[in-house]
Amino acid sequence: MPSWKDQMPSLGTLGPLIALVLACGFFALQSEQFLTGANFSLILQQVMVVGLIAIGQTLIILTAGIDLSCGMVMALGGVVMTKMAHDHGLHPIVAISIGFAVTAGFGLINGLLVTRIKLPSFIVTLGTMNIAFALTQLYSQSQTITDLPAGMTLLGNTFAIGQTQVAYGTVVMLAMYALSWLWLRDTATGRHIYAVGNNPEATRLTGIATHKVLLLVYVLAGLCYGLAALLSVARTGVGDPNAGQTENLDAITAVVLGGTSLFGGRGMIIGSLIGALIVGVFRNGLTLMGVSSVYQILITGILVILAVATDQLSRKGGR
Amino acid sequence: MSAITELEPSTHSLNIDPRPLVLQAKGLVKRYGQVTALDGADFELRAGEIMAVIGDNGAGKSSLIKALSGAISPDSGEILLDGQPVVLKSPIDARRAGIETVYQDLAVAPAMTIAENLFLGREIRRNDVLGQWFGALDKRKMLEDSIAYMQELKIGIRSMSQAVETLSGGQRQGVAVARAAAFARHVVIMDEPTAALGVKEGNMVLELIRNVRDRGLPVVLISHNMPHVFEIADRIHVARLGRRAAILNPKAITMSDAVAVMTGAMKPADIPPHWLAQ
Repeated sequence: MPSWKDQMPSLGTLGPLIALVLACGFFALQSEQFLTGANFSLILQQVMVVGLIAIGQTLIILTAGIDLSCGMVMALGGVVMTKMAHDHGLHPIVAISIGFAVTAGFGLINGLLVTRIKLPSFIVTLGTMNIAFALTQLYSQSQTITDLPAGMTLLGNTFAIGQTQVAYGTVVMLAMYALSWLWLRDTATGRHIYAVGNNPEATRLTGIATHKVLLLVYVLAGLCYGLAALLSVARTGVGDPNAGQTENLDAITAVVLGGTSLFGGRGMIIGSLIGALIVGVFRNGLTLMGVSSVYQILITGILVILAVATDQLSRKGGR
Repeated sequence: MSAITELEPSTHSLNIDPRPLVLQAKGLVKRYGQVTALDGADFELRAGEIMAVIGDNGAGKSSLIKALSGAISPDSGEILLDGQPVVLKSPIDARRAGIETVYQDLAVAPAMTIAENLFLGREIRRNDVLGQWFGALDKRKMLEDSIAYMQELKIGIRSMSQAVETLSGGQRQGVAVARAAAFARHVVIMDEPTAALGVKEGNMVLELIRNVRDRGLPVVLISHNMPHVFEIADRIHVARLGRRAAILNPKAITMSDAVAVMTGAMKPADIPPHWLAQ
């Protein structure tokens, strides 16, 4: 019996947005600086790297997988592209392309191990996480790469909207969310990603090449990490071998907070943006309040457990 | 025709039935190491009929169905579709050839809508620039067609945009059957479609299977449920020891007769001629 309930977005969809609005309201009351254009632009810049990683992570989690290597692969991509530009004097576009090839290559390896050898994504990416980290340190000799050509950091530049300076990178991130949202919602491949996460066997039996879908998802995620690496380089102005270490789990946190189910097949990519913003707003707001960063981590942990518990309970209620 | 049957029961295997053979298997063999699952199995399905397939565990029933639906490749023997030999290397091959299979474990994507499930893997693109260049889907057309398919099979669900998980088990099976019926060009195979359902829902699905046949698609029905088999089957294929023991006429026999053939209590050679279907 169809009822109004079918037409309404579920709690899983609206919940994150409500949480974000409540958090913003709370911090606006606590700090006068919070509710300013400059502060929001800053929050967006602070979340743009995590936000982009979270796009790739969302794709993978939608297929009922998980990618623990995301931040480390991003760090490797960043080091590769900056060293190509700095050490070998390659044109930024070439250097960036090589970085993208490396991150996409890692995605391909993850995808092949998951689809061909049928290893759980958790184990595969636990392995590639360590491999990517070690390669990053070896290749960079744990040295930060500086003196980058201007072309490498273009996306860190800002433009003015009224009084507020907005970084190009944040626009790139928002555009990527819009694109991936439309792609997931309105194309056959996008719907197949949901179907694979929902019921892989049924999806395979309808004639969909589920392995190709999974492989595509892991490679696209790798490309997202490459773009995140570029944004990270643009934001910091250096190639940092220790980048990505907080982003690694923050990206998963953002996806989960955004209401995407870890069981696969359910969720909206826009939710991950909201999830990333929730983490960003909490960090920013608590900093403005002068709360120690340890408490920020504590609160993030509590939020994640709340989000996963909500997912689990709503699934039980749905049946 | 029935007179011929009674006079010459041995001709039952000859092609004297005017209804064309849609699906046929000849001498299928499938071995798994030491185990022989199919030992020269034959099968036939005629236009406009419901052919039930029954058999004990290990009789080769599910191997036969898997071979017909492309899930396994037989070691030898051949499968003919509309008289033409076909090689079915995967369920996708079978699907392309026009054979659709409904699996017992309610093979749907629960969080996706009815319309999305009906068109999964066969989505319709928009007929404009967005569709041709970016692969945008024509959701309205799929929604409208879904309503038409479901009405054609008299499945009473109003909103095609509700998630399949909001439906009852029988309604979900209805979605799976509607999908198969909508896209099958030759045959629909149903593997235990009522096994996971209650009495009322099971009857609903039986009615649905009749509707599919009456729309002109022959149905292969695999079932353990004898009352269901006897209620809707036109003929009954009995699998035993990796072969076809007989094709029985459900109108001429009782359920215990069928069980006797199935278990081997009644040897194929001893089966009374009038038990056999045309």
